[in-house]
Amino acid sequence: MCKKPLIDLHDDKLFITFEGELTLYTIANIEKALAYVKTYSFNALQLDFQDVTFLDTAGALFIYNLEKYFTKKEIAVTLLLEDTTQKDTLNLIKENMKSSHKSVPRKQKSFLEQTGELFYNYYIGLLSFLHFFGKLFTTNLRYITSLKNIRFKEIAFEINESAIRALGIIALTSFLIGLVVAYQSAYQLKIYGANIFIVDMLGISIFRELAPLITAIVIAGRSGSAYAAQIGAMKITQELDAMKTMGFEPFAFLVLPRIIALVITMPILIFVADMMAMLGGLIVANIDLNITMELFMDRFSEVIAAKHFYVGIVKGPFFAFLIAAIGIYRGLKVKDDTQSIGFNTTKSVVESIFAVIVCDAVFSIAFTNLGI
Amino acid sequence: MEFIKVRDVRTVLGDKIVHDGLNLTINEGEIYGLLGPSGCGKTTLLREMVLLQEFTSGSIELLGKRLETISERDAQSLRHQWGVLFQFGALFSSLTLKENVALPLIEYTELSEKMIDEIVRFKINLVGLKTEDANLYPSEISGGMRKKAGLARALAMDPKLLFLDEPTSGLDPISAREFDSLILKLRDMLGLTIVMVSHDLQSIYDTLDKVAIIDNKKIIYEGTLQEVTNVKNDFIESFFGKMK
Repeated sequence: MCKKPLIDLHDDKLFITFEGELTLYTIANIEKALAYVKTYSFNALQLDFQDVTFLDTAGALFIYNLEKYFTKKEIAVTLLLEDTTQKDTLNLIKENMKSSHKSVPRKQKSFLEQTGELFYNYYIGLLSFLHFFGKLFTTNLRYITSLKNIRFKEIAFEINESAIRALGIIALTSFLIGLVVAYQSAYQLKIYGANIFIVDMLGISIFRELAPLITAIVIAGRSGSAYAAQIGAMKITQELDAMKTMGFEPFAFLVLPRIIALVITMPILIFVADMMAMLGGLIVANIDLNITMELFMDRFSEVIAAKHFYVGIVKGPFFAFLIAAIGIYRGLKVKDDTQSIGFNTTKSVVESIFAVIVCDAVFSIAFTNLGI
Repeated sequence: MEFIKVRDVRTVLGDKIVHDGLNLTINEGEIYGLLGPSGCGKTTLLREMVLLQEFTSGSIELLGKRLETISERDAQSLRHQWGVLFQFGALFSSLTLKENVALPLIEYTELSEKMIDEIVRFKINLVGLKTEDANLYPSEISGGMRKKAGLARALAMDPKLLFLDEPTSGLDPISAREFDSLILKLRDMLGLTIVMVSHDLQSIYDTLDKVAIIDNKKIIYEGTLQEVTNVKNDFIESFFGKMK
């Protein structure tokens, strides 16, 4: 129990008597009760701890500080402490405080220093990404020269893991996107009585842009992040080190199969996304705009050139490469703590989606200028 | 024959000097220990020996090959001649114990499936694991078993050199002593040369032939355990003092 200390001033001598427990939980109150004592004037102090039933290290530290404070002010302090275990605790604190120095807080950096460090780290990050790409290409060259070196089993495994299992979610997402885009534009087109143009609109926007982007985003969120987390975890458990010491180059065993698997399957996934989004559009056109399926198909084969389809498909391998490379790069950047897995997984998704969109913009400009 | 020669190795990580001119020699058939206080760079040196980490200057010669200028082909051939046991086993978590041990054999040899199976079974029994454990995944077994399985994998290719990073840490005393006697048995049976990092005094006294003690970026002692207490050093006194 925490009891307030009894404070008694006799002539020039102050008596403070503590009772009950002196612990982590009680010293805050006691400290408050003693706050005004410091304003008294006296030249001798007696601290009585004889009725203290329990003293922990925080309590001992409190006593030590109290004693130090008054001794500094040249007040004679007498401690009344009888219990031997409590004395031992106090002595432990005293010894420890003498030998340990105040811990130096981390040096605060100036704004200029922080900015410099930030940019330097970005620069180093860029260099290490380039290093990764360089290594990727040299390993590529070394391993692709011979068919024997290509790890078909791993590639097949990764195709199943990161593409075939993603089919459902990609089909569903793109179907919904087709539905939504068609629904929104149907409303506008109806106003002008331009119902049939929904086919042109859907065909071009889905084939050229929407399907590849949706697929890339889903794959980045699903497979790219998985790459980062898997490889990051392998780094923490030292599996990557074990592979290296056994002569299994991680680039050949982990990195290339994943990249190849995604590069192969991305165009197929985009194709699926194309079909599902068009299906969604077709349903809305049918219900909302009264365009029959035959009419939709006729118009479709009339206005949508095959090039639109190819433009979308061609982007696939590029997006796939970016997503896989960034995911793996982030996985390899994981340091020896668990926090860094989460950080790098998040980063991998953000960066790969960003990279995909930048790449898409470049393609868009290039294709338009080429007249495709 | 000198298996490993470390000469004037200096390692700088960031702005921290880890090693400042290390020299040591490990001969064939020795069980050699790297000791020292935590953070002195024992594991770093071990990682440098197995090509996981680069050192800043100096030279390490391993089985006659100089690591600082080694070609990829030579490095690959070295990797077939050593086995490494990591502190927590570092088994491939997507493979069963059996597959873990079999992996190097499948990758690097032309042996038949049946032969590989028999070799794996022998190695698993050798390290004291039961045959029925072979089909478990690393997540399904205890830390001690993982270490044993890691050792079985390190031994899969019948290496000349075995590197062990804290082989007995985290094991209960009985398993730790079993591990020690296993290591001695393996050395006598297979003629291995073993390099290990260890903190376990009992294990150090039971197994090591020679030690190198790293403290304050330098090797402060290299030699047998009997003479180690003649050296005046805080770490040696506090570490070995109790055993006198």
